[in-house]
Amino acid sequence: MSLRESLRVAMQALRANRLRSALTTLGVLIGVMSVVLLVAIGQGARSEITGAIEGLGSNLLFVLPGDGDFGGGPQRSSFQLDDVERLDRALPGGEGRAAGYVIGGEAVQAEGNRFNATVFGITENYLGVVDRTVARGQSLSASDIATGRRVAVLGATSAETLFPGQDPIGRTVSLGAIRYRVVGVLDRVGTTAFGPDVDRQVLIPVSAAQRLFGSTRIDAIFVRAESTVGIEADREAARAALAERLDEEEFSVVSQDEIIGVVGDILQILTWVLAAIAGISLLVGGVGVSNIMLVSVSERTREIGLRKAMGARTRDITRQFLFEAVALTGLGGVVGLGLGIAAAEVVAAVAPVPAEVTWWSIALALGVSVLVGLVFGVLPARRAGQLDPVAALRHE
Amino acid sequence: MSGGQETAPLLTAEEVTRVYVLGRDNEVHALRGVSFAVDHGEHVAIVGSSGSGKSTLLNLLGALDRPTSGHVRYHGRDVRDMDDTELAQLRNADIGFVFQSFQLLPRLTALDNVVLPLVYRPGSPRERRERARLALERVGLADRVTHRPGELSGGQQQRVAIARALVTEPALLLADEPTGNLDSRTGEEIMILLEELHRDRGTALVVITHEAEVAARAARRIELRDGLIVAEAA
Ligand SMILES: Nc1ncnc2c1ncn2[C@@H]1O[C@H](COP(=O)(O)OP(=O)(O)OP(=O)(O)O)[C@@H](O)[C@H]1O
Ligand SMILES: [Mg+2]
Repeated sequence: MSLRESLRVAMQALRANRLRSALTTLGVLIGVMSVVLLVAIGQGARSEITGAIEGLGSNLLFVLPGDGDFGGGPQRSSFQLDDVERLDRALPGGEGRAAGYVIGGEAVQAEGNRFNATVFGITENYLGVVDRTVARGQSLSASDIATGRRVAVLGATSAETLFPGQDPIGRTVSLGAIRYRVVGVLDRVGTTAFGPDVDRQVLIPVSAAQRLFGSTRIDAIFVRAESTVGIEADREAARAALAERLDEEEFSVVSQDEIIGVVGDILQILTWVLAAIAGISLLVGGVGVSNIMLVSVSERTREIGLRKAMGARTRDITRQFLFEAVALTGLGGVVGLGLGIAAAEVVAAVAPVPAEVTWWSIALALGVSVLVGLVFGVLPARRAGQLDPVAALRHE
Repeated sequence: MSGGQETAPLLTAEEVTRVYVLGRDNEVHALRGVSFAVDHGEHVAIVGSSGSGKSTLLNLLGALDRPTSGHVRYHGRDVRDMDDTELAQLRNADIGFVFQSFQLLPRLTALDNVVLPLVYRPGSPRERRERARLALERVGLADRVTHRPGELSGGQQQRVAIARALVTEPALLLADEPTGNLDSRTGEEIMILLEELHRDRGTALVVITHEAEVAARAARRIELRDGLIVAEAA
């Protein structure tokens, strides 16, 4: 029996039991769809986040609390305001390239509008170091920061939400019980590595933020190197400056590439975990296929006996049922792939994280669905092939 | 079959036994040493009461089953020595089966049912359908090609089954109670059809029956009782 003939017979059998075929393939369909969708989301998040880190420019160094083992979770910072200044002074070629900040979530109020903002308490050079620009008004001045004056610069979204259709410059916002005068509004950025939406920021002088959060620390320090070549010298200088006061495991100086590497790895693992979880539903779907194929073999015992009497070899029968199983799971795979891609598009359109369908998730999903058909089809197919023709023909 | 083989019998059964083992100390000796030969183009009836071993014998002659002892030979070759592929080939090329219960696939049209044995041999789908159409024409069902078995009368269903058996142009037609599920008039029509094929094509015909009228039509009768041949008459 030719391969084409086997395939035709298999499709004929599936068509004869349309509803059952559809329900059986549903498990595989959902499995493939979730593999494609979840991998797309994981992959999208990964390239979004690494892309955003890259967007900061490759000249950035991050001075972070802890020994740089991100796997251990966030670590409590030991940095103080002096450390930022000492570090800045220690950098080769002049000051103004290091900036520190404290960060916290806080409800901001203005004229009846309330908004959950990300409050950044920043040191003098912060905007320059992270390459942000003021759209209207002015930045926080050196004296604002030095004296902890109650002034604020708003991110674009913060400004629009708190003062819809109005010019926020000169108005006041309240953080807790304290009122701040708005002196500037930042240019819109969109998504960056600092969070889903830096446009929801409210920037205030670092000392004001420390009072607000009841903290004496600095959460992290950024250093903008003058060039990619100078970055190693800056790293050494920063390390040496901090080592004067802090233990080695209390801080780490990492470059953007290193962060991309670590974050990328973590997100890649996450993607694989998602794929594996989705893969479990594929397995469950496979068991369903096996089950229905066994039912199908037993229902068609007489057909098998007849085919053998007409000259079918054991191999022909086995292949017929194996093709049936693979057609079932393959069909589920193709439809699941289509739905998975469509779902990924929908997610990409409505969610802040884009979904990215990758060729390997497509290949994996289709390959695995065919494999599931083969693996879970073998048992029923072999059982069919080995039926004794006389007994099969007598079967009721 | 080609000329040289005309002299040797088409098939021989030598001291064939078949024991069904149902459990410890529970064996059914369905055949207890049966020997005979069927020549090319012969018409043989196998008769005997219910349980005498007729169907068991037919399954052995049709290479669907292997004897417990003894030999069934086709063209001088022992069925016992054939592997799965050779057995399939033998059933496909040399034997056509007609069953009491028709054994048509209900999902398939009459045409596709007749095509069935042809898919296990080389050929294009178009060729197969053409041959199947001719076979259906031959049994008088040219106008029922697209009907499914459920849409046909018993006699028509058996005609489809006969078309399926003859479409491969076998050397031997094996029929197990081909008229058993039909009324006597329809049964007679079916027997006439089988005999015509036997006469026109030189196909050997082995018919199992317990109806005396059916048996009387054969050139030779073999009577079984309790797994043994008790009478053979020409
Ligand atoms: N698969 C089997 N397992 C066990 N015993 C069997 C099997 N097939 C047949 N037999 C037994 O073998 C004997 C012969 O059966 P067989 O079917 O050959 O009879 P038969 O002559 O065709 O009868 P009938 O005219 O009723 O069809 C019977 O006693 C039957 O019970
Ligand atoms: Mg019988």
